[in-house]
Amino acid sequence: MTESISWKYAFKVWYRDFLVWTRYWWTSLFGALGEPVLYFVGFGYGLGALIKEVEGVPYLEFLAPALICSAIMHSASFETTYSSYTRMEIQKTFHSIAMTPVSVREVVVGEILWGATKSLLSGGVMFAAIAIMGLVHSPMALFAIPVLIITALLFSSLGMLMTSFARDYDFFTYYITLGLEPMFIFSGTFFPTHSLPPLVQRLTWLLPLSHPISITRGLFSGKIVEGFWISLLWISVLTIAIFRWSIRRMENRLVV
Amino acid sequence: MSLTEKTKIIEAKNLVKKYGELTAVDGISFHVNAGEFFGFLGPNGAGKTTTMKMIYGFSPVSQGELKIFGMSPQDDLRNIKRKIGVAPQDMSLDPDLTVIQNLQIFARYFDLTKEQTEKKCEELLNFFHLKEKATQPIDHLSGGMKRRLLVARALINDPEILILDEPTTGLDPQSRRVMWERLDDLKKKGVTILLTTHYMDEAEELCDRIVVIDYGKIIEEGNPKQLIQKHGVKNLEDLFLKLTGKGLRD
Repeated sequence: MTESISWKYAFKVWYRDFLVWTRYWWTSLFGALGEPVLYFVGFGYGLGALIKEVEGVPYLEFLAPALICSAIMHSASFETTYSSYTRMEIQKTFHSIAMTPVSVREVVVGEILWGATKSLLSGGVMFAAIAIMGLVHSPMALFAIPVLIITALLFSSLGMLMTSFARDYDFFTYYITLGLEPMFIFSGTFFPTHSLPPLVQRLTWLLPLSHPISITRGLFSGKIVEGFWISLLWISVLTIAIFRWSIRRMENRLVV
Repeated sequence: MSLTEKTKIIEAKNLVKKYGELTAVDGISFHVNAGEFFGFLGPNGAGKTTTMKMIYGFSPVSQGELKIFGMSPQDDLRNIKRKIGVAPQDMSLDPDLTVIQNLQIFARYFDLTKEQTEKKCEELLNFFHLKEKATQPIDHLSGGMKRRLLVARALINDPEILILDEPTTGLDPQSRRVMWERLDDLKKKGVTILLTTHYMDEAEELCDRIVVIDYGKIIEEGNPKQLIQKHGVKNLEDLFLKLTGKGLRD
């Protein structure tokens, strides 16, 4: 399997998933936004009434950009774990597509691109809602968009990597409860990571979600946070590495 | 390559497939001529599906040589796949899409234009008696309809080789008849057909030539009628049992 990736064919796979999504887009968006909205209202307003300001901004403004990032993480992760696994193992969609001129590799790339797209659709709706609510204070927030795109690709690829290891659905439960949920809590979503013990703080730096959160949070209030470029570099390198690794593993799993 | 009567469209020489310690295909050699209806017979686990998978590139060849249209799946897989159609054993229709969308999306994978797609979908839905079901979801179809759609989908690119892995499993006699008629029509149009089946009457009725494969090796090959004569048996089923024994395989 030495052939290279043709993006044209990868996008045909992407289009297949998009076509299916157009049939239930409303439920999909509604479902994806349910959880972040719940956190937003519950924590933002509930906790926000007690905590006036965090890092110089009202709590709701502190929370909002982080919830966009975590919504993208959750949505991309679900798509390339549960949904991709279902298409691969139950529906045999991957196999049937790979019988056409589309290669296995392009099927996997198309799936990752779709997972990223779908998560950005939910993230985009949240972004717009937050802007309408007046919680964005700088046009620099627009620079967050490429960072959110990287975030989407990162978690979409990571989900696919998990799928390459999965033997059943239970495997994803472990990934979510032991991987994603701790990351959600400790990446600075609800509280700044510098309130954690120094060692834990250093460990949170390794969590991929912590970087888009700190970058986006900064940009929303018109700031380039300390360590901006190194954070950006780290998540970019991680995305490329995981993207490539997940493709290789999926190929080895499917072509035997 | 011109596809005259005796062109070898698929050629396998000492083909081997190993999965770790297990040898699924153990040095088989065969060829399929252009326009031929070729049957691959054998008990469960004999190596039939593995051989099919090597042909459409889902399973890399461990040893030996495999050429399809003179090309090797390792180097020219995309070009090979452009010219073959596969109706796999498992029901891999896209359950998220309707009947016609299943055909349209495949047309897209094969780079058909919008006009070509429309024309081809219309033609295939008529040919396989699926016209009324065009906009229905897949789970509204009967078993026979699903099988026919699976074969219709495999024909979207006007393939030169059609690979059918157990196309009539689970069908009632009426549905099987319809399938046989359609396959016969395709053969008349010059499509090369590669069939695996457990129904010996089906192979006897349809195939110009068969190979019987067991434990990864070819144990007999030839024209079904001539083989029946040669072995002095009543039909292909008796020949099959004579060659492969009556013991259960799974």
